[in-house]
Amino acid sequence: MKRQSFLRVAGLAAAVSFSACKPSGSGGGGGGGAAGGGKLVVGFSQIGADNPWRTAETESVKAEAAKRGIELKFSDAQGQQEAQISAIRSFIAQGVSAIILAPKVETGWDAILKEVKAAKIPVVLVDRGVTVSDPTLFATLIASDFVAEGRMAGEWLVKKSGGKAGIIQLEGTTGAAPANDRKKGFEAAIAGSPDMKVLASQTGDFKRSDGKNVMEALIKAHGAAITAVYAHNDDMAIGAIQALEAAGRQPGKDVTVVSIDGMGFAFEAIKEGKLNCTVECNPLLGPMAFDAVAKALKGEELPKQLVQEDRLFDETNAPAELPNRKY
Amino acid sequence: MKVLRSTLVWPLVALVVLLVFNAVASPGFFHVEWKDGRLFGTVVDIFNQGARVPMLLALGMTLVIATGGVDLSVGSIMAVSGAVAAMQVNAGAPMVQAVGAGLGLATLLGLVNGVLIARVGLQPIIATLVMMVAGRGLAMLLTGSQMVPFANRSLTWLANGSVGGLPVPVVLVLGLAVVTGWVLRRTAAGLFIEATGDNEKASRLAGIQTGGVRLAVYGFSGFCAGLSGVLEAANISAADPARIGDTRELDAIFAVVAGGTALTGGRFSLAGSVVGALLLQTLTLTLYNQNVAPAVAPVPKAVVILAVCLLHSPRLRARFGKRTQPVAA
Repeated sequence: MKRQSFLRVAGLAAAVSFSACKPSGSGGGGGGGAAGGGKLVVGFSQIGADNPWRTAETESVKAEAAKRGIELKFSDAQGQQEAQISAIRSFIAQGVSAIILAPKVETGWDAILKEVKAAKIPVVLVDRGVTVSDPTLFATLIASDFVAEGRMAGEWLVKKSGGKAGIIQLEGTTGAAPANDRKKGFEAAIAGSPDMKVLASQTGDFKRSDGKNVMEALIKAHGAAITAVYAHNDDMAIGAIQALEAAGRQPGKDVTVVSIDGMGFAFEAIKEGKLNCTVECNPLLGPMAFDAVAKALKGEELPKQLVQEDRLFDETNAPAELPNRKY
Repeated sequence: MKVLRSTLVWPLVALVVLLVFNAVASPGFFHVEWKDGRLFGTVVDIFNQGARVPMLLALGMTLVIATGGVDLSVGSIMAVSGAVAAMQVNAGAPMVQAVGAGLGLATLLGLVNGVLIARVGLQPIIATLVMMVAGRGLAMLLTGSQMVPFANRSLTWLANGSVGGLPVPVVLVLGLAVVTGWVLRRTAAGLFIEATGDNEKASRLAGIQTGGVRLAVYGFSGFCAGLSGVLEAANISAADPARIGDTRELDAIFAVVAGGTALTGGRFSLAGSVVGALLLQTLTLTLYNQNVAPAVAPVPKAVVILAVCLLHSPRLRARFGKRTQPVAA
């Protein structure tokens, strides 16, 4: 089975290297697909479908597979690592040529990835990394750089506010990598401006309701000193906007609101003038993932991490982008 | 009545200590102003945010725990009712119908818990654990795992509006608590619940339909969770099936226990649970106000919770001494 598909793999790889594989954002890329009757088979183990970001990621992988004429074996683990492990085991049994994995957690992958390696199947990780004893257990990790996202948001706010702001930071789930890194990047970006003060930094657990509750409380504690809100995701930013409005403030005008993710509803909020800026955390990893799969199958050595470039949207470029949003 | 009063003392003491701390440490904590026709301030937030989830869930949970059971499914039931209400208004249904549908389904799920426990004989922790998993799944299934935003003014009013200057949820929930307390203490219902939790066999032999009592308390707990889910969705104008109510059952259990209702069943204090919920919410807002780093915030929280439980424990031991067997196993 595997040997049979080798020729097709080579064909696909050629098609891919022919099309420019620039790791830049959405769409683009994508070869003409493998010719011939049988198809290249790739397994994709997804964590779940609990939010639009993840759904968009899944759709991106599915669409890219269809575009390239690759047969995709898709497994939704519904938030369970055990389900991901058994899905990978069944991918091996089905003789897939490569596996794309969006790991639920960082640890506990050693054993199963060794089985995959023994079967000589390359693994491409998407959006989250793993901690394994042997770095050759996976080909590469394709993910956004959360620190860079935080830094972009911070730099934008420094520029927008003229280097003077009283900031409320709404952190993501305590201990989660995106929360830690987005905080680190943002705080590094404002560190050079002594008048950029973080008045309070509390977790809203990436939830809209918690973002609103926390913001309600912090408005009472800090009042008019608040001139900016930095939220680690769009959901919390929307919650904060609702709380600000209820308190008679004007989010987007007298309070600058900055967030990360670039979801469709955030673009709507920018258009309405209530959100000032969102840094995209692009879930459309499909094209890059299949580029990496093709290279790995060709035997090319890949860097251990490929960074998905993220873009920043504010009132200048968001309205034009809104119709293109897929998530 | 004496017992009721004395169990209420400890959460009240903890609450007062916390409030005194805030009076000293956070200036403006008690500042309440009149803004846009309603009260505005941290204390109002404590009541508002506290009423919407912990207090409401604790109302139902108190009665469940009084029968010697526990309801772990309330967070998931919140997700279901919020999703149903949001989808109903999006389909053009009037607010009352949408809320009714959400509450109806939530009550039904609560009754399913009751049937599994009272008729099939499952352990409450297992039956409601099943519902906790199944309810979340149902909410995800109904919504296709996506957040359901809505723009229905009257539904958002339920959480964001005000009546006589007070937030609607506070009026609704305190009203529900008073009515529930009044009904339970003015009729024999409260006694039946306590008797069922105290000694089910003896109660049945005395002619109490303990199965019916259990069915009713789980149904009521489902109803409270349903209302909480609707209010949470109304608050942010969107139902979030994956995350509404997540782990909030633990807040409810804490509020009940802090309020002096023992997990062993047989006695309950609704007023205590209300105070317990307020204590929990005050604690949360105090940590925000003091800007305690989120990573370490659970520690002071745990210390206060432990302190309240320790304050209760001598009473518990005294109570164990008086009774022979608190739970019909």
